[in-house]
Amino acid sequence: MRRSGLVLVLLVPLSLAVGLWAGPVTLSPRELWDGLVHPYAESAAIVRDLRVPRVLLAFLVGGSLSVVGASLQALLRNPLADPYLLGLSGGAGLGAVIAIALNPNWPWAVPAAAFAGAAGAVALVYRLSVVAGRRLDPRVLLLAGVIVGSFAGAIMTTVVSLSDAAELRRAFLWLLGGFGGASWSALLIFCAYAAAPLLVLLLSSRALDLLALGEESAKHLGADVERNKRVVYIATSLLTAASVAVCGIVGFVGLVVPHAVRRLWTPMHRELLPAVFFLGGALLVLTDGLTRTIARTLELPVGAVTAIVGVPLFALLLRRNYT
Amino acid sequence: MNLTANDLAVRYPGAPAPALDGVSLQVEPGRLLAVVGPNGSGKTTLVNAILGLVPLERGTARLDEKPVTEWRRGSLAKVVGVVAQREEVVFPLTVTQTVMLGRYPHLGPLAPIGFHDREATLRALRRCDIEPLAERRVDTLSGGEWQRVRVARALAQQPRILVLDEPTASLDVRHEMELFELVRTLVADGLAGLVITHELNLAARFADRIVLLNRGKVVADGAPVEVLRREILTDVFAWPVAVTTWSDGSPQVIPLRVGETPPAQGPAR
Repeated sequence: MRRSGLVLVLLVPLSLAVGLWAGPVTLSPRELWDGLVHPYAESAAIVRDLRVPRVLLAFLVGGSLSVVGASLQALLRNPLADPYLLGLSGGAGLGAVIAIALNPNWPWAVPAAAFAGAAGAVALVYRLSVVAGRRLDPRVLLLAGVIVGSFAGAIMTTVVSLSDAAELRRAFLWLLGGFGGASWSALLIFCAYAAAPLLVLLLSSRALDLLALGEESAKHLGADVERNKRVVYIATSLLTAASVAVCGIVGFVGLVVPHAVRRLWTPMHRELLPAVFFLGGALLVLTDGLTRTIARTLELPVGAVTAIVGVPLFALLLRRNYT
Repeated sequence: MNLTANDLAVRYPGAPAPALDGVSLQVEPGRLLAVVGPNGSGKTTLVNAILGLVPLERGTARLDEKPVTEWRRGSLAKVVGVVAQREEVVFPLTVTQTVMLGRYPHLGPLAPIGFHDREATLRALRRCDIEPLAERRVDTLSGGEWQRVRVARALAQQPRILVLDEPTASLDVRHEMELFELVRTLVADGLAGLVITHELNLAARFADRIVLLNRGKVVADGAPVEVLRREILTDVFAWPVAVTTWSDGSPQVIPLRVGETPPAQGPAR
C-alpha cells in the first residue's frame, strides 16, 4: 500500500514533465525549462501557450473522469459504471455532431453544444427515472441511460450520414476525444465548472462508502440516501459534461483507474477519490503525450490510445489479482 | 432507551390488504424480543415501520417517546444498530474497514477517524470474536463469519438497541447457535434486542418474549411458552406441528410429516 502511494507521488510530476516534453517539436530539457520560466525565450510560445494548458487540462480531465467513474460505480453499485454510462456520451456526441454539421462561426459552438447535449441527456435520464416512479433507483437509471444513449446515438448516426466527408471525419475524431483544442481559456472554463462538483464528490466520500453497501444498509448506518444519491448524480453529471465539452469523449480512464486503485490501494472513498484523481490525471497526460509522438505529423484521438494502452495493463492487473 | 410501536398499519401502494395491521410491541433494555411468523407475514415490514423507513397508514413508532420519523437518520443510527436481512458485497472491504463503517454516524464528512473510533471498532471485533479476521477481505469469509462482521459493525455504532432481521438465515447449527449466544450476551449487558427469525426453537430458547405475526396481524404475544402452542402454530403455518418441552422449560416445535399424528404427550428428553 505504501509502495503504491510512493508510485503515485512520483508518477504525477513525472507525467507532467513527460507531457510538457512530448510533441511534434522536440525540445531539449533546457529549452523546456527556459520556455517555462522566461516569458521571452524562443520556446516560450510552444511551452506556455500550447503545452502547459494542454497538460494541465489533460490532467484535470483525467482526474475528474476517474473521480466520476469511482463515484458512479459506488452510486450504481456496478463495477462496470463509467462516466458515460448514463446516456451522457450520446447526448454530448449528438450536440457536438449537430454543431459540426451546422458549422457556425463561433469557436465555442462545439463545446457549448456538447455541454448542452450532455445536460439534456442527464435531464432526460433523470426525468425517465422519476416517471418510472423510482427516483434515482440504480436499475432504472441504468435502463434510462441506455435508452437515452441509444436514442441519441441513432440520431447522431443519421446526422453524420447526411453530412459531407470532411464534417464526418471531424465529427468522428471529436467523438474519440482529444486535447488539440486545449487553451488557457478552455482550462479556465473547465476549472470554473469542475471545482464545485469535485469538491462536492470529495465531501461525499463517506456517503459513497455507505451507498456502495446498498441503500438499505446505508440507511441503517445513518446515510440520507435520497439526498446523497441526488448530490452524487448531479455532481458527476456536471463534471462529465464539462470534460466532454473541452475534450470530447475520452473513454476507459473513468472505468479502469478506480478499479486499479481499489485493487492496488484502498476501496475507501476518502483515500480512493484523491488517489484516482492523481492517477487518472497522470495517465491521461501520459496518453495524450503518446498521441502527439506516435505519429509526429498527425495527432491520434486520445480516447483510442487510452483504450489501446489501458486494456493490456488492465488485463495484467486482473491476472495478478485473480490468479 | 425503549422502542415502542403502537397500532402500526402499513399498506403498500396497490396492495389489496395491509402488510401490517394494528401491530404493537415494545423493545426494552436487557430484554430480547423475537418476532416470528410465516413468509410474507409482515416481519421485515415491521422492522422498516418501526425504523421509520416506510410510511405508516396508522399508528406510531416511538424511540424514547419521540416519533422515529422525527429522528434524523444520522441520530437514529447512533442509538439503533440494524443487521438487515440481505447485504450483497459488490466492492469488498476488509473486516476492519467494514466494521469501521459503524462509526460513520458519529463522524462528520471531514472528521478524521480518531482514537475513540478505532477503540470502538476493536471492541466490536473482540466482542464478536472476529479479531483474528481483521485484515481478511469480506468476500473470503464464510456465511457465519460474515454475519458476525455485520453484527460487529452494528456494535461499532455503540447502539442502545440492536435489531437483527433473520440473522441466521442459511447458517449451520454451530453458527446460528453462536450468533444467538452472542446476541443473548449483548442483551444481558443491557442492550435492547429485537430479532426477526424463522427459527422458532431458537426464539423459544433465547427470547424473553415472542410476537407471532400472520398476514400482518399479531396472532399471539407473550412468553415463548404462551405463544408457541400447537394449535396456534398449526393454524398460522398451515402445517401440523407437535410442541414438546426442553429441559430448560422452553417449548420446542417439531413439524410433523404427512400422515403423522402428534404424540399424546411430548417425547422424553
